Amino acid sequence: MKKEWPIWEIFIRSKNGLEHRHVGSLHAADAEMAIQNARDVYTRRQEGVSVWVVESKHITASNPEKSGELFEPAKDKVYRHPTFYNLPDEVKHM
Amino acid sequence: MEQEKLVNYITILGDNSMILGQRLGELCGHGPELETDIALTNISLDLFGQVRNYFQYAAEVEGKGRTEDDFAMLRLEHEYKNSLLVEQPNTDFAFVIVRQFFYDVFQRLLMKSLINSKNDQLAAIAKKSIKEVEYHFDFSSTWMKRLGDGTGESHERVQHAVNELWRFAMDLFKETETEKWAAEMGLGPDLNELKSEYLKVVKEICDEATIELPQEEVFQYGGKEGRHSEYLGYILTDFQYMQRAYPNMKW
Repeated sequence: MKKEWPIWEIFIRSKNGLEHRHVGSLHAADAEMAIQNARDVYTRRQEGVSVWVVESKHITASNPEKSGELFEPAKDKVYRHPTFYNLPDEVKHM
Repeated sequence: MEQEKLVNYITILGDNSMILGQRLGELCGHGPELETDIALTNISLDLFGQVRNYFQYAAEVEGKGRTEDDFAMLRLEHEYKNSLLVEQPNTDFAFVIVRQFFYDVFQRLLMKSLINSKNDQLAAIAKKSIKEVEYHFDFSSTWMKRLGDGTGESHERVQHAVNELWRFAMDLFKETETEKWAAEMGLGPDLNELKSEYLKVVKEICDEATIELPQEEVFQYGGKEGRHSEYLGYILTDFQYMQRAYPNMKW
């Protein structure tokens, strides 16, 4: 009678000032355990300074069948890319 | 003479963590969940890291050319000074958690006190270990509450493990001559003082976990003087196998 623990998505911020990034998922019975597990599974090598966890069921994903109408219209609109600017060297993380 | 006492004292500190580390290491690949498996082996590695600090220092103080590995691998059973609690087997996950919890509360108080040791090296090791130990305590105490105040079965199993292990937990506080000397010299804590704080913390978390500590005061002592339960011999058989079978082997 094995009941699986729910799956959680794990987000880790590697440095102050940077954003949290999705690093993977894991099993945990509750949020506190998810944080502890994330700490043990994903930050063993000093990968992070902050962890977010969210139960996977709370994430709503876009429908792959609709990717045509969702994403393709952006293809031919190159003017939306900021490629016309010169970035100074001092600006990092862009 | 002083030197011998200091080596003895360091050995007591190191052996507790080492034997518990070995017990946790046995679970590698056998944890109840992948994530829990990693968590327990992480704790094991933390403990072995601390043990290396202790035995490197013990070898240096002794000054007879022995190394940390000699201390870890090549002593006889009665020369290991760990308390009876940490050698108890991984009967089930509840035993693993309760044993860990009983030890973590102790080690956390011990490290907090050793930070102020008059011995600089012991103080430095404590300072380095304290964050790891705080996390171990967080880990095991949340599991105590989760299981104790969880389902009927998890509660029953934790209560059973508490009933079985409590009698060994007090061995941590049975003051040996060595520890008495260390307290008098300001190297380590007075274990009787530590004990009242310990009982307070354990009781607090057990209350939250709806777990009761056994009322009878029947305790078993002797680990720190080298009188062990049947289990230590088996642990050492595994632990020392390579060095006994292939002396001086390296990898």
